[in-house]
Amino acid sequence: MSTAVPDIAPSPVPLLQLRGISKTFPGVKALDDVSFALYPGEVHMLLGENGAGKSSLMKVLCGAYSADAGEFFYKGDKVTIASTADAQKLGIAVIFQEFSLVPYLDIAQNIFLGREPKGRIPGTIDRRRILADAKRLLDTIGFDIDPSIIVNTLGVAQQQMVEIAKAISQNARILVMDEPTAALSDRETELLFALIARLKADGVSIVYISHRMAEVFALGDRITVLRDGRRIDGVRPADVTPDQLVRMMVGRTVDMTYPRNFTDKPGEVLLQVKGLTAPSGISDINIEVRRGEIVGLCGLVGSGRTEVARAIFGADPVASGEIVFDGKPISGEPDMAARRGIALIPESRKSEGLALLRSVGDNLIVSALRKLFPSGLFDPRSGQRTADGLIRQLRIATPSARHTVGLLSGGNQQKVVIGKWLAAGAKLFIFDEPTRGIDVGAKSEIFALIDRLVAEGAAALMISSEQVEICHVCDRAYVMREGRVAGHLTRSELTEENIVRLGMHHA
Amino acid sequence: MTDITKEALSPPRSFLSQDAIQLFYRLLAVLLICAVLAVLNESFLSLGNILNVLRQASLTFFIASGLTLVVLTAGLDLSVGANVALSACIAGTVIHTTGSATLGILTGLACGGIVGLLNGIMVTALRIPSFIATYGMLWVLNGLTYWYMAGETLHGFPAGFRQIGSGYLFGLPIPVYLLLVFLGIGTLFAQRTIWGQEIYAIGANPVAARLSGIPVTRRLLLVYAVSGTMAGLASIIFLSRLNSAEADIGESLTLPAIAAVLIGGTSLFGGVGTVFGTFIGALILTLVLNGMNLLSVSANWQPLVTGIIVILAVWLDMKTRRRAQ
Repeated sequence: MSTAVPDIAPSPVPLLQLRGISKTFPGVKALDDVSFALYPGEVHMLLGENGAGKSSLMKVLCGAYSADAGEFFYKGDKVTIASTADAQKLGIAVIFQEFSLVPYLDIAQNIFLGREPKGRIPGTIDRRRILADAKRLLDTIGFDIDPSIIVNTLGVAQQQMVEIAKAISQNARILVMDEPTAALSDRETELLFALIARLKADGVSIVYISHRMAEVFALGDRITVLRDGRRIDGVRPADVTPDQLVRMMVGRTVDMTYPRNFTDKPGEVLLQVKGLTAPSGISDINIEVRRGEIVGLCGLVGSGRTEVARAIFGADPVASGEIVFDGKPISGEPDMAARRGIALIPESRKSEGLALLRSVGDNLIVSALRKLFPSGLFDPRSGQRTADGLIRQLRIATPSARHTVGLLSGGNQQKVVIGKWLAAGAKLFIFDEPTRGIDVGAKSEIFALIDRLVAEGAAALMISSEQVEICHVCDRAYVMREGRVAGHLTRSELTEENIVRLGMHHA
Repeated sequence: MTDITKEALSPPRSFLSQDAIQLFYRLLAVLLICAVLAVLNESFLSLGNILNVLRQASLTFFIASGLTLVVLTAGLDLSVGANVALSACIAGTVIHTTGSATLGILTGLACGGIVGLLNGIMVTALRIPSFIATYGMLWVLNGLTYWYMAGETLHGFPAGFRQIGSGYLFGLPIPVYLLLVFLGIGTLFAQRTIWGQEIYAIGANPVAARLSGIPVTRRLLLVYAVSGTMAGLASIIFLSRLNSAEADIGESLTLPAIAAVLIGGTSLFGGVGTVFGTFIGALILTLVLNGMNLLSVSANWQPLVTGIIVILAVWLDMKTRRRAQ
């Protein structure tokens, strides 16, 4: 299946074809024997969960990653794509989510950056021509705007248009769009769709990554589903239902069991979030966590999970709503949350969780200083004893408490981050992707630890993109979509399919 | 499993022992410089000269000790010298007009502290990088001082007040006692209080420190206020020792203080360093300059030598630190 050209080809010769592409990173097989064909003038949807390999495939396509194995064919001829320059020569352009425009230059300068028409005096630029060319180009994509406007005054949608104009000006025949509508309003989305239709009519092919079901069916000529770095299937929208697509994206083969002693009667409410809205992009969040519970917080990357965690912890400002912790309202900076007994175990352990150059011991007691030394006087020996105790209790593999924490493995580093909150006596542990970059053995140790914490009366709110983990470990879960809680799943409803269904954009 | 065993087999390394090694090298350098100078010039080892070195080092140390705390948070305070000048001129005026040395001392300390606090507010509330905030402050303070003094010189202070900078107690200059006291206080503050520990944590990773529940803003305000107050203290010693104050007395103070901090092994990237190291840094700097004086080397060479020592010290520190990782 993997090397065969899909039989649903709309025209005989693909514009671009990838055969048997594999790409391995240390510890991860990002792409495993993936084949993919793109025909002239089609919109090809790329679908998959977080980490399914969409981004990797896109990067191989545009030459940012070089594939470990596999072949590329352009109009039937074998080619190599080993660099972004190779991809550019083949007319492949990527419209990234994070735009790569120069903010302080105007639209015309951005479009022709590095390729400016020369003026009569050597070393100068023909300003009049550049503006005229830009205007003509913008007209062809139906974007009516003055090309002398500075880019950083434009909205997201307009910047995207400029990106597309720039790609077209470089004779791009293949456009790769990574969730292009993620930051657009409905009106802007309509404009983009109209542009896509126009480009299609001109024979431009589009690879379109999306998490929105409606788009997949409205725009797509064909759909390729990826899962765990493999191509699962290639289908036409007319031949499938959204449910079937969800099942293709999810269908796991790996089955793992994590230790968890579920309890039928959770304790009193520890955290209650009421109508929380924050400028970071979350609105009207209502969440409740009881003692003895592990509550999942799922949804796609970018759905606002981390923002909810940070708002509860005081790391980001809150616009409105109320957070009640342990019976009393809470607000303010993280030091207030920490003092009250809330712990945040952030996703990026190395940049946000640890002082990498300091010792294991220093990191373990940093949050507990006030609790351990109420007089304000620090006693290194007593601090060391506390650290040694935690190292034993959590079985942190380190030669000593004085060892530099940056030299430990990911799993042991994560234990240090959790350990510092144990020392601080936290009651609510908010985990943001607690198992990211951690090997399987350390994972089940971390989960056993979380289980023990909640069994002893603490509570946990756990963000994870690993739906298997959520399903195995959590008592129940909230699913987020576009900054809001899209739904709540009880223990019996907690399946991967339900999580994906709630997290996807249907409308 | 493999990296766990690898970790277990590698010898234990940490910054605690790292600090000890660096301190050891520095003490060795001090001894070496002393030995060389003693051989080259017999008056070097005279009691008078040694006390002179300590007294000179104390002035640099007062400014540099507060600065050390700022640098530990990965910040910098370029306004310390200008702060000394303004504080000295204001304290001098207060003593002249009220006749009270105590009031003058308190005013000098308060002036220094307030300037430091303003630096702290710029760095935290306004989020201006400390380098730029305190650089701007340097100009503002200079402007204020020059306007305030209008070319005048204050001089002639009460004998009791002058004792602080030039008096002796049991044969030792009073600034040397003050040096020992503040070396002790600074070391205890940095090593033996939770505030000190939090300052190291902030310097090592400000984002992680905040997410670990450390009140980063309040600690930074404290650190800049302490740096300013120590500049205020230095202004009092200066005033008392010189028995006069002019608008330009601060101009040659900031860069030597930064040099002492760097020679003392405190990293400009934050999180690494000690107040004691800064004392050694001030001592090395003063010893070398003193030795050059004794050997009748032209004072024109002093900046060059200071520069070379700073570069050498920082380079050696980075080398040992890199090896430790």
